[in-house]
Amino acid sequence: MVSLLPTPHPKERRIIFGNISKPGYSPDIETYLAHGGYESLKKALGMKPNEIIDMVKAANLRGRGGAGFPAGAKWSFIKYDDGKPHYIVVNADESEPGTFKDRYILHQDPHQLIEGLAIAAFATNVHLSYIYIRCEFPKAAKIVWEAIKEAKAKGFLGKNILGTGFDLDIYVHQGAGAYICGEETSLLESLEGKRPYPRIKPPYFPAVLGLYMKPTIVNNVETICHVKHILAMGPEEYAKMGTPGDGGTRTMCVSGDVQRPGFYEIPCGGVTLGELINDVCGGLKPGRTLKAVIPGGSSAKVLRAGETFKMKVKGPDGQMVEKEVPLLDLVMDASTLQAAGTMVGSGGVMIMDDTRDMVWALNNLNQFYAHESCGQCTPCREGSLWMSKVTTRIIDEGARPDDAKNLKNIADNIAGRTVCAFGEACSWPTQSFLAKFPDEFEKRVK
Amino acid sequence: MRAMTESLTRQADSLTPEFIAEADELVSHYPVSKRSASLPLLHLWQNHFGFIDDSAMEWIAARLDLTPVNIIELVTFYPWFRREQAGKTIIRVCRTLACALAGSYEVKDKFCQAVGLNPDCEHHGFGHAPPTTADGKFSVEFVECLASCGSAPVALINDDLVENIKTSEIPSLVESYK
Amino acid sequence: MSETATPVAMVNVQVDGEWKQFPKGTRLIEACMKSGKFIPHYCYHPKLSTPGNCRMCLVETGRPKMTPDRQPVLGADGRPEIAWGPKPEISCAAEVAEGMGVRTSSPLVEECRKGVMEFLLINHPLDCPICDQAGECRLQEFSVEFGKGESRFREEKVKKPKRVDIGERIVLDDERCIMCSRCIRFMQEVAHDDVLGFLNRGSHTTLSVYPGKRLDNNYSLNTVDICPVGALTSKDFRFKMRVWFLKETQTIDVSCGTGCNIVIGSRENIVYRITPRENEEVNSCWMPDSHRMNFHYLHSDERLVSPLVKGEEAPSKWTRALAGAAEKLQGRDPAKTALIASARMTNEELFLARRLASALKIENFDVLLRPQKGDGFLISDDGNPNTGGAKLLGLATGKLSEIARRVESGEITALIVLGEDAVDCGISEGALKKLEALVFAGILANKTSPHASVVLPTSAWAEKRGTMINIKGRIQRLNQAIQPPGQARDDWEVLRDLVQAVGGSNGVYSIEEVFKVMASETPALQGLTISRVGDLGLQLSLPA
Repeated sequence: MVSLLPTPHPKERRIIFGNISKPGYSPDIETYLAHGGYESLKKALGMKPNEIIDMVKAANLRGRGGAGFPAGAKWSFIKYDDGKPHYIVVNADESEPGTFKDRYILHQDPHQLIEGLAIAAFATNVHLSYIYIRCEFPKAAKIVWEAIKEAKAKGFLGKNILGTGFDLDIYVHQGAGAYICGEETSLLESLEGKRPYPRIKPPYFPAVLGLYMKPTIVNNVETICHVKHILAMGPEEYAKMGTPGDGGTRTMCVSGDVQRPGFYEIPCGGVTLGELINDVCGGLKPGRTLKAVIPGGSSAKVLRAGETFKMKVKGPDGQMVEKEVPLLDLVMDASTLQAAGTMVGSGGVMIMDDTRDMVWALNNLNQFYAHESCGQCTPCREGSLWMSKVTTRIIDEGARPDDAKNLKNIADNIAGRTVCAFGEACSWPTQSFLAKFPDEFEKRVK
Repeated sequence: MRAMTESLTRQADSLTPEFIAEADELVSHYPVSKRSASLPLLHLWQNHFGFIDDSAMEWIAARLDLTPVNIIELVTFYPWFRREQAGKTIIRVCRTLACALAGSYEVKDKFCQAVGLNPDCEHHGFGHAPPTTADGKFSVEFVECLASCGSAPVALINDDLVENIKTSEIPSLVESYK
Repeated sequence: MSETATPVAMVNVQVDGEWKQFPKGTRLIEACMKSGKFIPHYCYHPKLSTPGNCRMCLVETGRPKMTPDRQPVLGADGRPEIAWGPKPEISCAAEVAEGMGVRTSSPLVEECRKGVMEFLLINHPLDCPICDQAGECRLQEFSVEFGKGESRFREEKVKKPKRVDIGERIVLDDERCIMCSRCIRFMQEVAHDDVLGFLNRGSHTTLSVYPGKRLDNNYSLNTVDICPVGALTSKDFRFKMRVWFLKETQTIDVSCGTGCNIVIGSRENIVYRITPRENEEVNSCWMPDSHRMNFHYLHSDERLVSPLVKGEEAPSKWTRALAGAAEKLQGRDPAKTALIASARMTNEELFLARRLASALKIENFDVLLRPQKGDGFLISDDGNPNTGGAKLLGLATGKLSEIARRVESGEITALIVLGEDAVDCGISEGALKKLEALVFAGILANKTSPHASVVLPTSAWAEKRGTMINIKGRIQRLNQAIQPPGQARDDWEVLRDLVQAVGGSNGVYSIEEVFKVMASETPALQGLTISRVGDLGLQLSLPA
């Protein structure tokens, strides 16, 4: 576990990783039970399902997978008594470059996920659930499967859970190396055994026509793990940790050019970007200056050192005033980063210092997206590879005068015109790198 | 690279009762639709045989009431699957940004050197095995983000994640898998 | 026709500024097309599921602005005000909704189309001069309208397999494929034979069959019809003729009782291809390959091209042949004369054949039935295209085996055979040889024709007009695509002349007249004319 500090940084508040960092903590059920495991499930089984959903809503829990959709609202789309089977599928296909939190939960605290999942299933009348784990976590798949068997043996899963009459089966389903399967409808197609082509929305919203065309919730691993803590500490207490629209803690995964890369569980909105880099992560490497930050996974638009952002903030008198906010003062929560034209996404913060070449970095991401485009729809299939070929050629042979203009136009022709959000994901890097670092492209022109 | 259809023996002819029971168990995880067991059966097969031959795709299709094209569509989509033998040890070096910033291109070259492979050999998946040493001991390939960016550069060697790789340690690392 | 459909709720939709009404459930692309707005598209096909993958049909859409209590905000014109969406939307997947707005041409829509066209073309090979799809390629067509005219793609194109032999009748060029998946969906959803699929991924996605499997399904050529580009082409038609030279004739297939609606593509009296024509009541948009390919015999060397009278100088003249036939048939004992007609003949021909029998007072007549095992889809259990007509017009009597027996025994001494081979009806060549009179009319030489006293060469189904009644009792029209070869004449004229020659009746001078007389004598056809039958045919209420 190279990525977690042995003792929490003062800015951290470990809820999800509270137990993992304790000495001797292991993924087996006895350890979990010794640390208060499955108490939230017992509590939940004594509640009314809609009370649980109301708690999750009141907790202001947003999805931790990237899109940041309010979890309680997502659950409430499922009509408890509509007579149809419902499913929950846990998205453990963690593959957004820059993100590496779910990996640790799956390997080191699988029961936390299973408990949260059982609570979520009870709240939404689900009796069959799958955990979709990427195949590059082969050990995690085994660990989670073992944990499921342990939980079943103890009566926390299976038929008539803890004598309440509630049934739930959970299975592990392994992916096979496709970033696109992180897109929820692609994940469902993959789970159905088809080529994982994302579905068109409308009409195939998972809450209506999900797995096997039945109402389905797809939630990220970390999101589901938060549920047991919301029940344990109460939604008010939980929400209070974060900001009004973004409750609880969020795991910030920091990588790239900082002294202490790793993941840090921090109350939502609890740090600014500057505090995260310089305080939590120990600053940049000696003698270096900051150049660029990708704040929410590789798809999030890049920010340039020295940038400032006009945004409305609460003044000392409680009135909203417009203020010029420097990059390092940006609060790392969903609404602030959105106002800065980017996103908190999956919490993957990638830091690049002044030694880095932005065209090279963009090319690395373009190659990633070209490799991962599923190829279903025209703009992304053709555009992602085209952008990647152009940036590769710029690096190998130098740029032509119209390359930057063409690249931007290709990206503009993809974003917003594809079946799924991969279109935005693959064009935002190109759009933002060109907008924020035009000089780096210009100096490549032959 | 070996031809995909060269194999004269059909893997499906050597299935054991234990294998079939395991396949049945996997299919039982999907009470709503057998087709969902496509990926699990492909994983089971590749873990057992090392790769997926045509008889495998036909067997799996028949087991799940599908046509073989439904299975080859998956085998060629997902880079994890291969239709030909790879090395006993597969070294998957993460290529994506955080690892690249930490030197993954150099790491991959060093791995290639250490096992005796041409580092310039390109590989896309689509059913092909990654570049493999002549003795069949090692394959080395780039893969996209392994979700361990905080400990870059990383590689997945068989089922083991190796983190914070230093190029100087690569020869001994390779040695430990021989 | 049934007119009992329950009324469908209508919704108001604003199309390019004009408010129109559409039935609830209408797809937006169809609503736009019905409003006369052309929406370019590739993957969308009205008979297949909607993957929304080509992104060519993007339009701007809006939904009614709502007040906080969910009531639409009305504008000065009393119509809902529309809140236009921030992103374009594909019109193939959206359904019309009350108060919806759509813009089918706007700067954003044009930009979207140009963008998609450019993406489709960057990896498309520059094959157009040698591509057999030329003239009906949607990529070519939309390039003219929405293309940029110049390429800014300077990278290497993706290489894929070309000229792949994927089936008995089909060639695949993967570089031309735009991955719209129409063919895959057709094979899954219509043909129920899941043999096609995509291999690999991203820009390397490649249409393929499973190694060793073939696209040999009897409906495979429909994939060629719906392929919007030159990826799937028909081996039979490839490079035979540029499509813009083809004359198109709307007619029906006569290979079985279904009567698939078709288009014949011909040039200068040669049929080059047959494609299905949409008719919801009959064949949707599809037809079996076996039927589509069933035209090459029209140009066979075995075609009968001039009349013949046995023992006289060949070829004969039509006047002489008709007189010769009349001489042979007149003045005989009707009980010793029989007529075999064909359920492949048109209603008009069958009607005149019945007249001929009456004129000669023959009571021994029938048609050859062709029961067969259909495929449960478009190949029916009836191998004849017009058993319905033969029954309606009283030609199907069930006497055929009795007639055959009496020819064999020598009780019948004169026989008229129209469009059939008497041998197929159970009559031996030996018995045919012994007949005193054998009048044969048909298009191909067969085992009967060498023994005929008179041979009358007639027209094949692509060479004439007329009507037929399919297994479901639908009357449909044949139209003439090409001229009959040599001296061959239209069957109805030959039969009319024969009826006249044996003193049966006065003449009719057009096929419309024949139909009129037939309709006046046939209750099920009362009030009909050939033109009223129309291109899509009419359902008849036939006597049980």
